[in-house]
Amino acid sequence: MRLPEPVEDVVVNLLRLANTKLPTDIGWALEAAAGWETGEIAGIQLGAIMENAKKAEHLGLPMCQDTGIPVFYVRGRFDSSIAKDIAKGVERATESIPLRPNAVDPLTRVNSGNNLGPGMPIIHYMPTDDEFTEISVLPKGAGSENMTRLAMLNPSDGIEGVKRFVVGAVLDAGGRPCPPTIVGVGIGGTSDRCVEMAKEALLAPIDSENPDPDLARLEEELFMDLNSSGLGPMGLGGSTTSFAVKIRKAYCHTASLPVAVNIGCWATRRATARITESGVEYAQGAVL
Amino acid sequence: MRSFTAPLTEADARSLKLGDTVYLFGSIITGRDEMHIRALEYAEEGKPLPQGLEGATLFHCGPIMARNDAGEWKVLAAGPTTSARMNSLEPEMIRRFRLRAIIGKGGMSDGVAEAMKEVGCVYLAATGGAAISYAEGLRRCSGAEWLDLGMAEAMWRFEADRFGPLIVAMDAEGNSLYRKVSESLVRNR
Repeated sequence: MRLPEPVEDVVVNLLRLANTKLPTDIGWALEAAAGWETGEIAGIQLGAIMENAKKAEHLGLPMCQDTGIPVFYVRGRFDSSIAKDIAKGVERATESIPLRPNAVDPLTRVNSGNNLGPGMPIIHYMPTDDEFTEISVLPKGAGSENMTRLAMLNPSDGIEGVKRFVVGAVLDAGGRPCPPTIVGVGIGGTSDRCVEMAKEALLAPIDSENPDPDLARLEEELFMDLNSSGLGPMGLGGSTTSFAVKIRKAYCHTASLPVAVNIGCWATRRATARITESGVEYAQGAVL
Repeated sequence: MRSFTAPLTEADARSLKLGDTVYLFGSIITGRDEMHIRALEYAEEGKPLPQGLEGATLFHCGPIMARNDAGEWKVLAAGPTTSARMNSLEPEMIRRFRLRAIIGKGGMSDGVAEAMKEVGCVYLAATGGAAISYAEGLRRCSGAEWLDLGMAEAMWRFEADRFGPLIVAMDAEGNSLYRKVSESLVRNR
């Protein structure tokens, strides 16, 4: 397939879109939250968030200084050269937007300066027979990423055990992941796959419906539990703790019940480009 | 709503009450994990320390900075980072440098609250992620130290001009809004 635009350019556009423009679904959720919050401190937090998002979009600057580690998802048709092109896009975007250089050696803590380095950028591949190449990016800041939790529950812990773990993970995180959050949950798979699913769940717009009615009900129950907790915006108290709970599921070993939580901050930044021979279409989220 | 010019006095810090909204003017420095480690290491070894640490208003922040054509640093985005990462280093920082205010997000441990009470220091909560608005309040970058630590970890100096809004979330009497919220959380599971 001949691509109408170099992948490198598309990646720069994706990183700019994700970092400077809050996804519309989150904008609506913020406005709704500002309408029902009654506490003064919670109101100040939501007001500051909305004002900041408007300024970032207007100025074309990153809404948050933690522009994160960009996590890429590539789906459809592509060849092995795409990794190199994505890396070039990350390097150029770091300079031109600019993004904060965040990638460091984990032990020496030396910063590469360009968001690249061994193992970077992180790219997940999902080849399909579709007539498009789809590239999504989820820039993941450390405040929320550091709150990631995995539990290898016993099968006998059941759905109640899953709920207890998810609610505990979010409430124990407190204000650190910048609530109101989006809570990504993986259930099943192996330990590695479970954590991946929890993060993939954050890529879906919050108003996208879970096609599995049982999971949709579980999302709703967890949503009610979290938002009746009183944790509130920035953990300073209030009635908006999470904008949504998004769950992905896979079969697992008969002796296992893996559950993972990956939290997205209020600034859950996402952008998707679907590339076909006739052009590139941009969106801010995708259901993988 | 209250306004203060940093550096704050001990009396300023002790006058602030939990839940107060504050805007700051004056000198603010940034510092996170690596800056804390180095400042304490240098102090321990008797090496010369950068000016401005004594009595500082310390912002837990790793900003996005850019140089303009004249070679001057300008702040583009500067929201708070998660303060709890510095829980183990902050009590010594507060005691050694007599810090008067810490700005961050998510709150800090009881050990930090204890040092704040002892020295006369407050914790001011900034809204996480509101990086453009807070950068507007840091009108001028007046210097940088330890740039070898990288942009995010260096110690930046700013002259603030109506930097806020900030909420007094831990006062100098050992009270914490985070502890209050945590104690009243409704856990249905």
